[in-house]
Amino acid sequence: MGKKVSVLEGSMAVAEAVRACNTDVIAAYPISPQTHIVEDLSAFAADGKLHGKYICSDSEFSAASAVYGASAAGGRAYTASSSQGLMLMIEVVYNIAGMRLPVVFTGVNRTVSPPISINNDHQDTMTLRDCGIVQIHAESIQEAYDAHIQAFKIAEDHRVLLPVMICMDGWTLTHSFTPVTIFDDEDIQEFIGGPINPIHCLNPKDEEPISYGVGTDTLLLEYKYQMFEAMKNAETVIEEVAQEYKDKFGFFNGGLVDAYKTEDAEVILLALGSVVSSARVAVDELRAEGQKVGLLKLRSYRPFPTNKIVEYCKNARVLAVLDKAVSIGIGGVVAPEVKAAFANMGATPLIKDYIASGGKYLDVAAIKDIFEDAWCVSKESIKEQEFHFVKLLREYL
Amino acid sequence: MSEVKNLFASGHKACQGCTVPIMMSEILRATGKNVIVVNSTGCLETFSAGPEDFSCWEVPYIHPLFENAAAVATGVVAALEAKDGNKDNTQVLAIGGDGSSYDIGFGSISGTLERNDNVIYICYDNEAYMNTGVQRSSATPYAATTTTSPNGDASFGNVKYKKNMPEICKEHGIKYVATATVSDLNDLNKKVRKAMAINGASYLHVLVPCNTGWGIPAYMSIEIARMMVNAGLFPIFEYTDGEISSVKKIKKIPVTEVLFMQKRFKHLKDPKYAEQVRHIQEIADHNIARYGLE
Repeated sequence: MGKKVSVLEGSMAVAEAVRACNTDVIAAYPISPQTHIVEDLSAFAADGKLHGKYICSDSEFSAASAVYGASAAGGRAYTASSSQGLMLMIEVVYNIAGMRLPVVFTGVNRTVSPPISINNDHQDTMTLRDCGIVQIHAESIQEAYDAHIQAFKIAEDHRVLLPVMICMDGWTLTHSFTPVTIFDDEDIQEFIGGPINPIHCLNPKDEEPISYGVGTDTLLLEYKYQMFEAMKNAETVIEEVAQEYKDKFGFFNGGLVDAYKTEDAEVILLALGSVVSSARVAVDELRAEGQKVGLLKLRSYRPFPTNKIVEYCKNARVLAVLDKAVSIGIGGVVAPEVKAAFANMGATPLIKDYIASGGKYLDVAAIKDIFEDAWCVSKESIKEQEFHFVKLLREYL
Repeated sequence: MSEVKNLFASGHKACQGCTVPIMMSEILRATGKNVIVVNSTGCLETFSAGPEDFSCWEVPYIHPLFENAAAVATGVVAALEAKDGNKDNTQVLAIGGDGSSYDIGFGSISGTLERNDNVIYICYDNEAYMNTGVQRSSATPYAATTTTSPNGDASFGNVKYKKNMPEICKEHGIKYVATATVSDLNDLNKKVRKAMAINGASYLHVLVPCNTGWGIPAYMSIEIARMMVNAGLFPIFEYTDGEISSVKKIKKIPVTEVLFMQKRFKHLKDPKYAEQVRHIQEIADHNIARYGLE
């Protein structure tokens, strides 16, 4: 099996993965910080290195619509966007998921305006959480590369048939360079099982051609139920595909969660995306000082791995959730779901929500501050302080 | 061997006298089976696809959203080309009403035409949002009443002019643009076939009178289309490579003859609207001169 290590920008690593998967149709509209991915794919197309078609769409709405049509016609399809672009796609993403079309997306995470800002948080992709799209957060550039290859296999699995979005932090992962191990095209194509094999598609040769998107008077809940079941199946498929990837390529970047030093931890931080790397360093440093702290990396945001979270965190005294998105009126976005995960489980840790949306820069020191605050959480204090806005500049309020 | 099966099957729920199924049957008679239809939300979708397992479509069909039929069609044809170079030469046809085409889906159509994707876009124009109860669109003619441009003490109806969609589409530099209506189905059939022969985008605009929205009896729907054409209110023409290549000559009638048969224009009979009527005649005369209809 062939592989090589190259120093690649994160965006190029993603473009490499999408190209190597023999994607039939790529449609996109530029928005920072997604741009380098689609520029790299356009360059592949210009050099004749792209198997499929690259469409310069007139909006994110049209880009999502084009990959939707391509997938319905039986093609392997991919698009990428960020922030406002993902907002504009939402109506189409509901359709793609509801029609059970296995389109792969990159959600390059960026804040949602106003005020307009190009910094990173998770507000954009998390707004799509109810559509029926699998959402997996990558921590590193290597993981983003691996996750995109796995994404096609997960989406196209007949037990799933849902779109898959790989979420990666804008700038931090898209615009930085690291050594990345990339594999030979033939091996990647063999891994994902060759060309896409849809159950049905728009085909004039069919004896009874399909009608997609017909109305219903009575069966809408039944359609949603089947999507719910498919999303449950995705929990199994994500883990299976991660294991297969490890068996073939030797890298394990997959699964639903990744627990780090949680076994005896009194305080656990739950986080998603690139900040996990800083959190891992913080855990090591605090452990060296004798503090029993741990880290749970949430890879899969949808399906939401309720059982895994409970399994790894149930013995902790405090569970700190680092939320890079906010739901105005309740708190963060992830923490309320984590609380719900424990709702019927008897004894639960005290759960505190650390809201760091809007592009707040979180280095190791900032995460150690969160651990320090979490350490002090008590049954009494949590009632007053269920959430905390990280690095809030009170002098401007 | 002649194909007898109607590819737009019976059993749909269109209103009595609706001209859209007549148009659709003719279009599919022209395309034959080797076609994929992308149909935006609207009357046609509502009465032909659903509920549950009911569908009139004997060809592959997809109803995506209100505003994206053109972009979805772009993706469909791209997938066919990527997979095997579209070796079967399957025609991709996007079709949407005037609300979808003129208003909410306008950007998506513009993108498909500008890229010259190998798609036929068909706008079926009944001059308002009929499916939701006759609200004004930017295809609604001057002085017509709709539920959102009613006639009242301070309003003579729709104050704006019908947007010239075929001209706008032509300006994208595509090879073929044509208008047609249900009073001449042979002409419609011929134009669909011409569009199919084009490798690239083409745009067809079909006037489809709506009994409920226009306020005309069911038996008049075809005749009213003919009269709209003869009044000069809906010019029938073809653009090939940006130049007018044919027009349908009219047997001119005054606009009042066709306006006063329709409930949506009946208020104009009041002498206080003489100025508006005169202005509509000017619009018709301008069309007649511009396209050489006489």
